[in-house]
Amino acid sequence: MEFQNIAIAGLSLGAMGAIFGAVLAYASQKFAVEIDPRALAIREALPSANCGGCGYPGCDAFANAVVAGEAPINGCPVGGSECTAALAQIMGLDAAAGAKQVAYVLCNGGKSHARYQYDYSGVSDCRAAHMLHGGDKACRFSCLGYGTCERACPFDAIHMNANGLAEVDPEKCVACGLCIEACPKDVIGYVPYGHEVIVSCNNKERGGHVKKDCGVACIACGICQKNCPHDAIHVVNNVAIIDYNKCTSCRICVEKCPTKAIVG
Amino acid sequence: MDFGGLFVILVGSILVNNFVLSRFLGICPFLGVSKQVETALGMGMAVTFVMTMAGILTWAIQVVLLDPTSSIFTMMGIENLDLRYLQTIAFILVIASLVQFVEIFLQKVSPTLYQALGVFLPLITTNCAVLGLAILNIQYEYNLLEVIVHSIGGALGFSLAIVLFAGIREKLEISNIPAPFKGFPIALITASLMSMAFFGFAGLV
Repeated sequence: MEFQNIAIAGLSLGAMGAIFGAVLAYASQKFAVEIDPRALAIREALPSANCGGCGYPGCDAFANAVVAGEAPINGCPVGGSECTAALAQIMGLDAAAGAKQVAYVLCNGGKSHARYQYDYSGVSDCRAAHMLHGGDKACRFSCLGYGTCERACPFDAIHMNANGLAEVDPEKCVACGLCIEACPKDVIGYVPYGHEVIVSCNNKERGGHVKKDCGVACIACGICQKNCPHDAIHVVNNVAIIDYNKCTSCRICVEKCPTKAIVG
Repeated sequence: MDFGGLFVILVGSILVNNFVLSRFLGICPFLGVSKQVETALGMGMAVTFVMTMAGILTWAIQVVLLDPTSSIFTMMGIENLDLRYLQTIAFILVIASLVQFVEIFLQKVSPTLYQALGVFLPLITTNCAVLGLAILNIQYEYNLLEVIVHSIGGALGFSLAIVLFAGIREKLEISNIPAPFKGFPIALITASLMSMAFFGFAGLV
């Protein structure tokens, strides 16, 4: 009798499960919603980091946006050119892949170059320091070096160097933009991966006091602009900007810059 | 037909024995999905639907399969079979399947509502208010009509509590709260105050 009871219990529960399963299977057939197979294929090809670097809430949303034609196929900064090529194949488009971009800290005014306007001894966080008169460095545009971007980076690609500045590891950086968002100074920007000549300053003021606040600041003198043989560097808003499409890394500007604000 | 009795069950399940504030069931969605009145209302609607359906279905399963007196096994001549110990697992099976079905159905029939509820629908599977309601229905030995009224009442009580709570939390967002109490601490205190307020209904039925 005991065995019979167990068997009946097991069977009736199993039967319930089977019936519900069958109903659900039927329902999923009957009420199947057509999903664009390309969306599934794209979702497969994406790196599944769900970092939001593309500007969509996650890889799923980005895949749907690509199919709908709202997002570019090279919109995923994490997947890089491989991912773009895969997406191009799925969507039947040309892989006009944008070059890989990496984040770069546009400041070279570390402890040895920058002048400090006061001693900051608060929480070791750039956002906190920024609230006190724009931080302890005299230059309003500089990297404060309290590591807010380091903590924001999910890919371990940004670290403080010995000079008290944030430094991006271009090999690890996927250009997700989280550090750019976290930085209260807006001192991190994108540069093409592997590009060697970079204006490592973000100071948008001109004249002598810029030089006093930081030894390696761009003072907007325009010497680089005058000497560039390729018309690739211009002073805009009192800071030199390189047009990476024209720059050939000839390094003339690096040599001519009186403050060594251009690195390369 | 005893309409008075049904009315007592309805008022009792909405106010006096409110699932969230008196029985402390379904606290998870109550705290999790109560930041905005709109989403709270959506969650309330989804729970109302699932609770009513689950209440009816679990009651039917109890009567047909599990009750020793009236189950189909008794009719088949198998005596002394008491399957009531399967109640929990059987009910969870029903609720999970039901939620899954509702999700599939909504996705097809009303994509807009599916979008709005999206995240909360699967959450209902593990909402103990639904299982609690199903088990209470059996404990109180309700008949089908009473089960329906009790289920709808319980679900409406849940919706009422979560919408009221969401309204208060929206106000809390913009009020000046001491730093240690910001966020969840003040929400928990608010919930307990609401619970005490609802105990004021205790003598009603």
